[in-house]
Amino acid sequence: MEIRPILSSLRRHRIPAVLIVLEIALACAVLGNAVFMIGQRMANIHWSNGIDEAGVSVVTVNGTDPGLAASDIPRDLVALRGIAGVTAAAPVTSMPLDQNPALTGFTTTPDGKTTVNTSVYFLGSGGERALGLHLLQGRFFNADEYADSGLKDFQSTGHVVLVTGSDAQRLWPGQDALGKTLYANGESWTVVGVVGDVLAQDPNFSGPGGRYSSVFYPSRPDGMMGDYVLRSAPQDRDRVVREAVQALGRLEPGAVVEGKTYAQMRTDYFADTSSMVWMLVLVCVVMLAVTAFGIVGLTSFWVGQRRRQIGIRRAVGATRGHIMQYFQTENFLLSGAGVVLGMALAFGINLYLMRHYEITRMPWYYLPVSALALWLLGQLAVLGPALRAAAVPPVVATRSV
Amino acid sequence: MFGYYLDLALRSLKRNKVLTALMVLALALGIGATITTLTVLKLLSGDPMPQKSAQLFYPQLDPYPVSQPFSRSGKRMPFLLNYVDAMNLIHAHKAERQAAIAMSQVKLTPPSGAGKPFYAQGVLATADFFPMFDAPFRYGSGWSAADDDSRAQVAVIAGDLNARLFGGANSVGRMIRIEDHDFRIVGVLRNWAPQPRFYAVHLGGHSYGKGDAVFVPLQGARADGMMPSTMMGYGKSIDVEHLESAPAIWLGLWVQLPDAADVAAYKLFLGNYAQEQVALGRFQKSHIALSGLMAWMRSEHVVPEDVRLQAGLAFGFLLICVVNTVGLLLAKCLRRSREIGVRRALGASRGAIFAQFMVEAGIVGVVGGVLGLVFAELGLWGIRHQPAQYADLAHLDLAMFLFTFVVALAASLVAGLLPAWRACVVAPAPQLKDA
Repeated sequence: MEIRPILSSLRRHRIPAVLIVLEIALACAVLGNAVFMIGQRMANIHWSNGIDEAGVSVVTVNGTDPGLAASDIPRDLVALRGIAGVTAAAPVTSMPLDQNPALTGFTTTPDGKTTVNTSVYFLGSGGERALGLHLLQGRFFNADEYADSGLKDFQSTGHVVLVTGSDAQRLWPGQDALGKTLYANGESWTVVGVVGDVLAQDPNFSGPGGRYSSVFYPSRPDGMMGDYVLRSAPQDRDRVVREAVQALGRLEPGAVVEGKTYAQMRTDYFADTSSMVWMLVLVCVVMLAVTAFGIVGLTSFWVGQRRRQIGIRRAVGATRGHIMQYFQTENFLLSGAGVVLGMALAFGINLYLMRHYEITRMPWYYLPVSALALWLLGQLAVLGPALRAAAVPPVVATRSV
Repeated sequence: MFGYYLDLALRSLKRNKVLTALMVLALALGIGATITTLTVLKLLSGDPMPQKSAQLFYPQLDPYPVSQPFSRSGKRMPFLLNYVDAMNLIHAHKAERQAAIAMSQVKLTPPSGAGKPFYAQGVLATADFFPMFDAPFRYGSGWSAADDDSRAQVAVIAGDLNARLFGGANSVGRMIRIEDHDFRIVGVLRNWAPQPRFYAVHLGGHSYGKGDAVFVPLQGARADGMMPSTMMGYGKSIDVEHLESAPAIWLGLWVQLPDAADVAAYKLFLGNYAQEQVALGRFQKSHIALSGLMAWMRSEHVVPEDVRLQAGLAFGFLLICVVNTVGLLLAKCLRRSREIGVRRALGASRGAIFAQFMVEAGIVGVVGGVLGLVFAELGLWGIRHQPAQYADLAHLDLAMFLFTFVVALAASLVAGLLPAWRACVVAPAPQLKDA
């Protein structure tokens, strides 16, 4: 395909050509950044979590007398374990993604310093089974450790702790974490096990460093344990939550009892994120539609204007395919200019956003991908007008319009 | 003349319905998206106390040890105060009014038989809270500084809680059960929910949405064991039994300073206080901060980042829509070169042609604006059905309603400039010859 005649024709329609290039450039720039933001948020929504999310449900009991916890919690547990389908139940102080961070900085030496916010979880007996923690190394807590440990001022009075795989690597790189000592606020604990990465109570608050930084302590029943974790088969969990809330409502008439499945808890935590994703997707789709319509409109106008020229070309031997190709190549060149400009613009916008917002550098491959998308969109949009142009009969050339 | 242009424009727009519909639709979508996001942004970044925000200030001190600074960068100051410093500042009475605040989720037990206990947002504050923030009372009033000191078991409740528990009747003098302790109601507020809830920043809970349910004197509530939602320790650990003396920050302090001289004097006082504490060995750092309400909202990024991003994205989208409209208008006007040639030949001036095309663009703008308003209402309806904390607030106000048309007209007229200029420079002779 000869591109010289196309270029000379575009030179004579400079303004509409510039407008198409500009529109494609803007669309490409916005698309690249929007898709990048969508990708980042989707990654957040799907953060992995080392518990049995599909089988876990949480029932929260608030407003009980903490002094009675030692007798209330075992009684509640008996009732919860009696619910059909419950395979494990245990009290805990908090849950991953419950948006109620209890954070401490841990170090490997008595007077070390850290900048990582570690989420602290206290598990009642059987907590590791109820949560479905994955043991990577070492062991879970034994019955004595559960019975002999408690909590005071958010600190464990026991001597053992479980850490996550991420923390084990961060704190003791290249070494075996088992048997090592963890320090915080003048106290120390021995690592007896390493578990698969469990999310923080509020990963957005804890930041990237604290996302998978969690520790687990054993504890006897305590007033600070406001959550009961129930484990069941995924298909039973809705019924289990309903029955657990009823059962605890009867046992604790003065308390406020709320239950939800862990799946719901994750949905709640990422509610804002997913509505932002939907908003971004909607804007992208509508923006691409508007851009496509703009290309259709301008190309149609060009086709209309050049009916005679097309007729002449057809009369002197050009096939329909040649006419189609002409408009497709023209669009290809315009889109090409547009996406080159657009990629530069997208990069610039990313730099601006990095400076003013908590946004990281866009990986380079977002640029060619969004460029390719706009290129395809341009070719699709031009198809209709190009077909109409190809349908212009050669006889048009002989008519004086 | 305008009537004639209008007639010409309408004819022209009718002649090419698809193209016209595309222009209007594109513009309307751009405007709908822009107005939707701007409405939310305006709502969230608004002044919560327009009549008083210039007088309200938030002091900050730094009791953290040098070896263990509050932030890694060292640039930020602790955003809350510990109890000792908050009380020292309050008892100094250096501002016209001053109040320390903590937030707490509290259990409310309705009078027997009136339903199950439930949790609500409680505010633990000192007496000046109500007069300083102009909280409007329906019945009764706030409590006094003497009530603070005597740890009185009194409470102010919100209007909707009063409706829920007492059917909206005057409940002053009646009892309310908070966290299993009985409090005597001394005041009932009218609906009061500053947006953002500036006094609760960093204290826990949401920055937007419905107002708080109960307000109780700080010391009295603490004596009953109510715990603040946010506590940050800078010592070995937080002794929750003795929070008042613990090395932990958990209180926000607000002061009312009527004019610039008061602000300068308070700053001086605060600086001297910090230096005194350093001399006493309580502090290791003497830096202080005193931020105005709106400056504090900005520095603490109270407006969610996503909302600002959305507004930026919508502007980008509007820009694309405007470029699109320019292209389509231009296509339309170039197609009518012959008509323009005839009009010019018959004596129409360049200005007349320009005006005619601007009127045409304006019509696209007005129709686009009306349709854009529909899209904006649709967008806001969508936001109201999102789980966001500010969802209930997303409504179009009169100012944004009018602004929609300003944006629509401005966008369409800017879009119309280039095509109208191209139209009016069309040379009449070649157009006529060609025919």
